[in-house]
Amino acid sequence: MPFDPVILWTDALVYSLAATVIAIGWRMQRHTHLLTPWRRVTHSASGMAALTVLFFFILIGLLDTIHFRPALDKVSDNLGEKVYSVEVLSLFDIIVTPLRNRVEKTYSAPLSAHLYTKETVELPDGSQAREFTRLTFGGAHLEDPEVQRISDITERSIRGAAWGLLTWSLIVISLGMLLARWHKINFLQMHSKIWSGATETPWYVIMITLGLVLILLGIVVALSTHYHVLGTDKVGQDVLYQSLKSIRTGLVIGTLTTLIMLPFALLLGIAAGYFRGWVDDIIQYTYTTLSSIPSVLLIAAAVLMMQVYVETHPEMFDTILARADLRLLFLCIILGITSWTGLCRLLRGETLKLREMEYIQAAHAFAVSHWRIISRHILPNVMHIVLIAIVMDFSSLVLAEAVLSYVGVGVDPSMISFGTMINAARLEMAREPIVWWTLLAAFGFMFVLVLSINLFADAVQNAFNPRIKTLSERASRSSHRLGKMLQSNRPPSRPASADIPPEAKDNKVHS
Amino acid sequence: MMPLLEIAKLKTILNTGSAPIHAVDGLELKIFKGETFALLGESGCGKSMTALSIMRLLPEVAEIMKGHIKLDGNDLLLLPETDMRKVRGKRISMIFQEPMLSLNPVMTIASQIEEVLKQHFNLHHTNSQKRILELLQQVGIPDASRRMTEFPFQFSGGMKQRVMIAMALAGEPELLIADEPTTALDVTIQAQVLDLMRDLQQRTHMAILLITHDLGVVAEIAHRIAVMYAGEIIETATCKDFFQQPAHPYSQKLFAALPKRTKRNQGLAVISGNVPLLSQAFQGCRFAERCDHAWELCRQTVPEWTEIIPGHRVKCHLFSKENRSEYQVNLTEKQTASSVEAYHPTHHQDSALLNVTNLKIHFPISQGLLKHTVGYVKAVDGISLTITPGKTLALVGESGCGKTTVGKGICLLIPITEGSVQFNGSELTRLTRNQLRKKRAEFQIIFQDPYSSLNPKMRIVDILEEGMNILIPDHPHRIKPEQQLSSYQKENKIDELLQRVGLPPEAKWRYPHEFSGGQRQRIAIARALAVNPKLLICDEPTSALDVSVQAQILNLLRTLQQNLGLAYLFITHNISVVEYLADEVAVMYLGRIVERGYVDEVLNTPKHPYTQALLSSVPVIQATSKRPNCTHLKGELPSPANTPSGCYFHPRCPYVMPICRKIYPEKSTFSQTHSAHCYLYSQNQNSA
Repeated sequence: MPFDPVILWTDALVYSLAATVIAIGWRMQRHTHLLTPWRRVTHSASGMAALTVLFFFILIGLLDTIHFRPALDKVSDNLGEKVYSVEVLSLFDIIVTPLRNRVEKTYSAPLSAHLYTKETVELPDGSQAREFTRLTFGGAHLEDPEVQRISDITERSIRGAAWGLLTWSLIVISLGMLLARWHKINFLQMHSKIWSGATETPWYVIMITLGLVLILLGIVVALSTHYHVLGTDKVGQDVLYQSLKSIRTGLVIGTLTTLIMLPFALLLGIAAGYFRGWVDDIIQYTYTTLSSIPSVLLIAAAVLMMQVYVETHPEMFDTILARADLRLLFLCIILGITSWTGLCRLLRGETLKLREMEYIQAAHAFAVSHWRIISRHILPNVMHIVLIAIVMDFSSLVLAEAVLSYVGVGVDPSMISFGTMINAARLEMAREPIVWWTLLAAFGFMFVLVLSINLFADAVQNAFNPRIKTLSERASRSSHRLGKMLQSNRPPSRPASADIPPEAKDNKVHS
Repeated sequence: MMPLLEIAKLKTILNTGSAPIHAVDGLELKIFKGETFALLGESGCGKSMTALSIMRLLPEVAEIMKGHIKLDGNDLLLLPETDMRKVRGKRISMIFQEPMLSLNPVMTIASQIEEVLKQHFNLHHTNSQKRILELLQQVGIPDASRRMTEFPFQFSGGMKQRVMIAMALAGEPELLIADEPTTALDVTIQAQVLDLMRDLQQRTHMAILLITHDLGVVAEIAHRIAVMYAGEIIETATCKDFFQQPAHPYSQKLFAALPKRTKRNQGLAVISGNVPLLSQAFQGCRFAERCDHAWELCRQTVPEWTEIIPGHRVKCHLFSKENRSEYQVNLTEKQTASSVEAYHPTHHQDSALLNVTNLKIHFPISQGLLKHTVGYVKAVDGISLTITPGKTLALVGESGCGKTTVGKGICLLIPITEGSVQFNGSELTRLTRNQLRKKRAEFQIIFQDPYSSLNPKMRIVDILEEGMNILIPDHPHRIKPEQQLSSYQKENKIDELLQRVGLPPEAKWRYPHEFSGGQRQRIAIARALAVNPKLLICDEPTSALDVSVQAQILNLLRTLQQNLGLAYLFITHNISVVEYLADEVAVMYLGRIVERGYVDEVLNTPKHPYTQALLSSVPVIQATSKRPNCTHLKGELPSPANTPSGCYFHPRCPYVMPICRKIYPEKSTFSQTHSAHCYLYSQNQNSA
């Protein structure tokens, strides 16, 4: 085998998360009524645009999760066994090998051909001079960067954008064909429908977002072969590579922490609100105690303890990445344990309100068991709070990671994350001239990631809240009115409330 | 005579969603000085929007498209906002439905009224204090000099509404807009507030625009009346003419939908269909879709105003000159009252289905760090009830008297402090949780608020199945597979249930928010019926609904009782519903039953002073026959945490005697079934 698969702890959790999502998706496929709110999610323009962007992030995160150790060329002396590298790589690392390997000496600005600092070089005549030396890789192909750089960058960008556009049009055409077959209409009709916004799912929004992302991607890919698009950091590593690698760390912290926190918050919050009495007292005292300890200190203590344990047991970890990964997992767990109190309190309050609702009383009158009341009546009615809390937490967790890395108790220093990037950039903010690109890259990626998650969650929330639904449906109907006129083969959909004329049947009751 | 307020062609729209909603569409009305003008209509017909348009206090999404609102000849819609502020509170003031929400909880009563005075009068502090005191005395707040420095939470609901009225009167307005001023109040308090308003009007000669859905309230104080439907006025008349001969088919239907004792043996008339969506464009009469008398013309042409007798105008084709003869024919043809099976009052005593004796439900009041109990709220303080199979017992009382607690207590939804609940011979209070579960199918409860009684996240089919799944197979382990309800049978049963309550079977795939209030209440009834109960506890099932929808639900309940032999414990504060539906009545006051007996006995010859007062507080619809003895109650319901000594009613009783203050009266029996607890009558020696 040319590689030795490595499954780290967080990998395993991410795999199981992905499996769960797929399993739920498969189950919902068979239950149409579970699917309807999700179908409604796909009708939201901003949500679908966000999802398109998110798709790329998740793709990178997942590719970066498939870890393995590549085999080394040399065969070990005894038994002819293959020797695997001590360095664990991911599929993503392999894809972006050029980015990973082309390390400069130190800082260089984005798309620059020179280093950012002056270096003492020996001139051919033996004298020494201080000047900005050429980069080993960035713009190395240029003879005279002063003259050629701009035109070269422009030319490559245009070529990249063209490739992006080409890929995009291929996708648009194939998607159009697929959709046309799905709706059983001809290809051109389908396209006129898509671009007039007449489809239920706003495909044109997805297409436009996809187009923008692909053009950007084309440009970046075209440039990154010969330049450092986002510059390099102190040790000369490509910032673009770091930013892309940070995505997985951010996603893992955001999702796994929430997953760890959720059972505590859900179970304890609902139990406290529903059962009240001594159950409530115990849970309340627990979370008040927990939240009265400054969480940074608690996390610092736990991380330091873990660190000591790791350092005294080096034999447990065969690679550096495995060690860093365990630390990431522990960080997730600790963050999860310290951050459930907020959501728990919210859920307790909401449950206190819900348990007095008359449908809960009616369920009691039907002798529905406590467990069923909690799972069928209370849980679905607090899900919107959970959803909002997850998203809010997601962004705040990504930020918390940055803060903790700053204090020195975050992820392992060897692990690339937005936190470590910002932490490294922080030191350089005081330089003159300022090194701005590391910080900007980290913030830019974080911003896009958090924003698209927020937008998507907004769409989810709108779709799942039945009361909001009718309004947004009406609104979307109005925006699609033009499209409705174009499509003649579909009967106009009536407003939901008008579908049943039950009051008209009242006469039957007593006649 | 020049009208004080003249509204012409007022059109207000709400910009929501795709199509604008025409909340008020071409409204015209005139209000003269010193008269009470009632705007009557069901919820959603645009009454409140009219009031807010007059005040120019519309919500952001609303917009006045065209029209004139002239106050003494000046168009309010042309005034700049700064001038409008001088009109609000000074020339026109408004009182709202919910007194609990319209007062600022962190300001004293005096300072809230002072705000109005500061805005409109240049009064010195001492003068304004004097004026506030005067105003509070005017609206009948006892001990006003002390209470004016108190905060709203120290006042009861009725008192808060009085404070609101005082605040509205502070600017000495020419027009008072009262938007459902008594809807949130009990009948006895409502009677007090209506008396006050009538009295104030006679003294100050201001005009009142009364917005209400309650025909009773209109009959009490209105001089002229306008009926509003779907954003426009369809009939105007003097109160007397209107109550003698309502003209528009809609008005007639409203009267027919009112439950009354005289209609006991028949179904109530219902208005088919729903109030039309106001976002649509209308062609023809807006009521045509629901009208029994509608013919082609109604659907094509908008009817014009027709004057039947001077001052009585109606917007209906039936009354235009060329159609009038036709109308007479129509009327006679269609006057076939829908009737349900004749109802036979049977006075023989069956074996009791439910037998409640000396039920007490007390809630502890905890205080301090260690939550030691310092007292009890005696929500239910020893009541006894009997319900026979297939009969209806109505439990009547003001809000806060413990009616709902009784209902929930009988269902064992809240722990019972003392007493016994015997259902079908078995003592429910002694059963364990598991034994009780098996019994639960036999008694079910329907709640007041159809909006909170259905889980918004469950489809109707899941809601209906829930009870069935748990309660129908009594012994799920022992049951043979073929006896268990298959999913096919279950689905059939759900369809049948929905049809029984008058909903199409397709409704089961929908979520509750897609239904109107009346439809939701039907679903709640279907849910209760799903487990084949013998007793239904109906906790004010119609009080959140409009009159026409109430009629539908009452018809449904009556039909179900006849077809399925259900017994009802009907908890309500609405006397006319009791008259219509109940066999027996129990009147409750502060956790105890003060009088009980058959409907005829209690309502015709009320014995207890509280029953008498309660009955006389109910507004009478017939404008012609004002009720003879007006014994309006003074004061309000005392707190059940601090019950008066002796007879609980003595602080409010007009016939109070020294003994009433000491010992709670024993039962006085008037017939085999009719009894009361009052010292006015001879006491039984040895009954509880």
